[in-house]
Parts: sequence; C-alpha cells; structure tokens
Amino acid sequence: MSFVQVTDVWQHYGRRSIIERVNLDVTEGEFVSIVGASGCGKSTFLRLLLADETPSRGEIRIDGGEPAREPGRERGVVFQKYSVFPHMTVRDNIVAAESFSGGLGRFFGSKLRAARERADETLDRIGLAHVAGNYPATLSGGMQQRLAIGQALTARPRILLLDEPFGALDPGTRIAMHDFLTDLRAETKMTVFMVTHDLSEGFKLGDRVLVFDKPRWDPHAPEAFGATITYDFDARDAGVPFQHILDQYPSLAAH
Amino acid sequence: MRLINRRPDRPAAVFLAALPFAAVFIAYWIGSEIRLSANPSDKLLPAPETIAATARQLFTEGDRRTGEILLWSDTWASLRRLGAGVGIAAALATSLGVLIGMLPYARRTLSDFVAVLSMVPPLALLPILFIVFGLGETSKVVLIVVGITPFITRDLSQRVLDIPHEEIVKAQTLGASTAVIAMRVVLPKIIPRLIQSVRLSLGAAWLFLIAAEAVAADAGLGYRIFLVRRYLAMDIILTYVIWITLLAFLIDWALKATSRAAFPWLEEGL
Repeated sequence: MSFVQVTDVWQHYGRRSIIERVNLDVTEGEFVSIVGASGCGKSTFLRLLLADETPSRGEIRIDGGEPAREPGRERGVVFQKYSVFPHMTVRDNIVAAESFSGGLGRFFGSKLRAARERADETLDRIGLAHVAGNYPATLSGGMQQRLAIGQALTARPRILLLDEPFGALDPGTRIAMHDFLTDLRAETKMTVFMVTHDLSEGFKLGDRVLVFDKPRWDPHAPEAFGATITYDFDARDAGVPFQHILDQYPSLAAH
Repeated sequence: MRLINRRPDRPAAVFLAALPFAAVFIAYWIGSEIRLSANPSDKLLPAPETIAATARQLFTEGDRRTGEILLWSDTWASLRRLGAGVGIAAALATSLGVLIGMLPYARRTLSDFVAVLSMVPPLALLPILFIVFGLGETSKVVLIVVGITPFITRDLSQRVLDIPHEEIVKAQTLGASTAVIAMRVVLPKIIPRLIQSVRLSLGAAWLFLIAAEAVAADAGLGYRIFLVRRYLAMDIILTYVIWITLLAFLIDWALKATSRAAFPWLEEGL
C-alpha cells in the first residue's frame, strides 16, 4: 500500500519544462534520497511534494488524501538555510511548532508553561538544552539544522522533506548530523524525502535513491524536455540488493 | 599605505568628529566679531555671548503678559504635532506595508498607487489641507502623515518581500494561518526596520512641521521663528534652530537605543 503517491506529474514554467512524467510510490516509513545534477529539477520536485508549487499536470497524494494546494501541517520541511525563525529564541522556536496552528499563534498562562516544558524535553533529546534561551544566530550551523529538524518534527508531520539540509555544514558536523538523523528516524519511523548533492550521503541514509535526469535532450531546444526519475536504487543493506530476498520465500532457503 | 587603509585611532577620531563643529563655530565667531566691530548694533550675526544670554532668558523667563515660558509651550505644541503625525504615519504605513508585502491581491491593488502617491510633493498639498481641514492642528498633522507615509510604506513592503520565502513556507508547514504569519513572523521582523524608516523620515517630518507652522499657527517652534524674523531677532532664531536640531538628534538617538534594546536578535545576527 503506497503512502505517498505521485501520479504522472509534470511541471513547466511557461515553455520551460522542468520535470515530466514522474511516477512514484513510497511506502510509509521509507527514507527516499533524491540526487541529480544541478538544475535537474530535484528541488522543484521537493517543492511539489511540499505543495509550495502545484504541478502543471498530475497529482500528489499523501495517504490517499486530496492533493494539497498549499503547504500545511502534513508536510514538515527543513531547508539548507532560513529554516528557523531568527527573531525567536531556541525554545520559542520549538514552542512555535505547536502554537502556530492556533488562532492566535501564541500560548498563554498554563498552556504556555506546559508547551515550554515539552519544548525543553525536545531540546534535551536533540542536545540543545544548554542554549534554550539563545537566539539561533548564536548557534553553529549544525546546531541550527538540528533545531530546524526538531522544530519540524514537533509539529508531527506525515512526511518530512529535507532540501540539502547538510549542504552548508563542514564534513565532521555532517557525519554527526547523519547519526542524529538516523537515531531520530529509528525513533519516529518518519517518511522522509531528502534532496542532496552528496551521493554517498544519499546512499548512506536512504532506503531508496532516486536519480533525476533528462532522458530526452534536444541540443537546439535545451528547455524543451524536463527531467524525470531515471534510476530508482534500492539502497538498503549498504546498497547491495536482494540480500534478504530469501526471507520472502522461506521454502526456497537452503537449510 | 593606501588612503583607504588608514584609520584614525581613538583620540584622533574624537578630534576629527569635533573638528567640523568647532570650525563652523569659529567661522561664525570671527564673522560676528568683524561685523560687530564695524557696527556694534548689527543684528545679523549676534555674538555667541548674546545668543547664550538670549537662550538662557528664553528657557527660564516667562512671557511678561501671561507668565508662560514661550519656548517650552512652543516645544510642547510642535512635539505634539510631530508625535501625532509620525505615530499615525507609522501605524498606517505598517498596516499598508504588511498588506502589500504579504498579499498578492493587496500588492496588485495598492503597490502602484502608493508609488504614484509618493511622487506628489506634500508641500504643494498644504493649501488643499488648509482648505479642507482648516487652519487648526489637523491640517499640520495630516501634512506630516501625507508627507512620510508613502516613503515608509514602500520601504516596509519591500522589507516584507525580502523575508526569505523559506521562513514563510516553514511557518505554513507548522500550520500558521495568514494572520498568525503576519503577527508572529512578519511583524516582529519588520518592526526594527520601521524604527529605521521612521528615523530616516524624521528629517522630512520636521520640514513639513516647520513649513505648516510657518504658514498658519499660533504656537510652535516654526511659528516662533517666522514670527521673530520680522524683528530680525537672529539671536532668538539661532537659539530655536539649535534647540530644534538638538531635539531631532535626541529623538533619533532614543529611537536607535530603543531598537538596540528591544531587538537583541538583530545585534547578534550581525
């Protein structure tokens, strides 16, 4: 049963085709890495998943629901930059994930105190408790991205979208963030889509790696055709497929 | 070493900052000396001592008839008009700026209109304002509002548009409605800019205030200056001009200090 269903999605801006004929079925809890060259439409595809843009053709459904027309609480997102609110403290950024969906966007009194306590627990878990009262600008890049992921998950989305989340981090921090994300995922069983430039990162974290590329290319009209999914790798078991195929057919297994 | 890489150290910096003030003062002093030595009753460039004496008298001695100290009542009358005008302009410009910056429909409707409106020379409207609102307080306040609102509106709407799209999307994924995004994301981010903008438009606000008071008023700093002009009372005029400059400087400084104290996240972001 597919959880996220992408059916025949095309996107073009004017005469410029960005992506075409994208079909995809993702089961709940899968981690999908999306890789490809610059300008191949992988970020556009993420924006379509986010419902920040509506596809020119086709539709994207989550759990069989109606195709969304604007971003909402179903979809959590972390961008490479600008993913947290710079004018709120670290703690208030987490509280905002709960309070923004209310009519006033703000908690008062006992509700605020309870939300702050929950935020402190979250911060404890993601290792930011010691900077709860600081503003994000004082945090390192890795800490800001950890905060952004924590904030996105606090809103309890159905799917989490990551747009090159570790692209601006140094290699050491990036590896620490991989472990952080792997742990969080084991805890939450979240369905994740991650756009990345880094192939090894895509294979390390993903269950599936999708490659976006242009299968058709007209040198006289480079914008005529869009990109689509050209490869769909199984990245589980360190990228070596069919390691556990016999588990599905116990009668065939050698004893 | 290149000129662009030479920097004054601290004492030199203080000296350089004071230099133009001292130069203007000394130039005035010499000019005044020359004129007064030729004609001791010259009124055009009164000696600094005379100005100081007049200033002391203006600040402390009441009017012979009413006992009211005119300088203070003038200051109060002018500051009230300025405060009302700038306050209304700031509130109006913030609402318009947020609407234009956030809502595509409002942007299409109002953006060009505000751009055209900001080209109307406000002082040319002054006669119309006097006709429509009479010679009282309203027309002066309205002149300030009309004069500075378009500028602040354009500045703020641009600043709203400059907020990274990612932040707006992020707020939406947290379930925020348009109103919540306006209250919790957009407004807090542009209030510091509003203070900046008000600081920049205070000069224009003072200009409109003095102009309106010069034409028709019965109290106010601008009114007094233009009144005593008839008697060539340069000592009073200069005292008022220095006082207005000082007031403008203090207001500017207070706004800057408020901005620093109220928005610590801005400082840390720099």
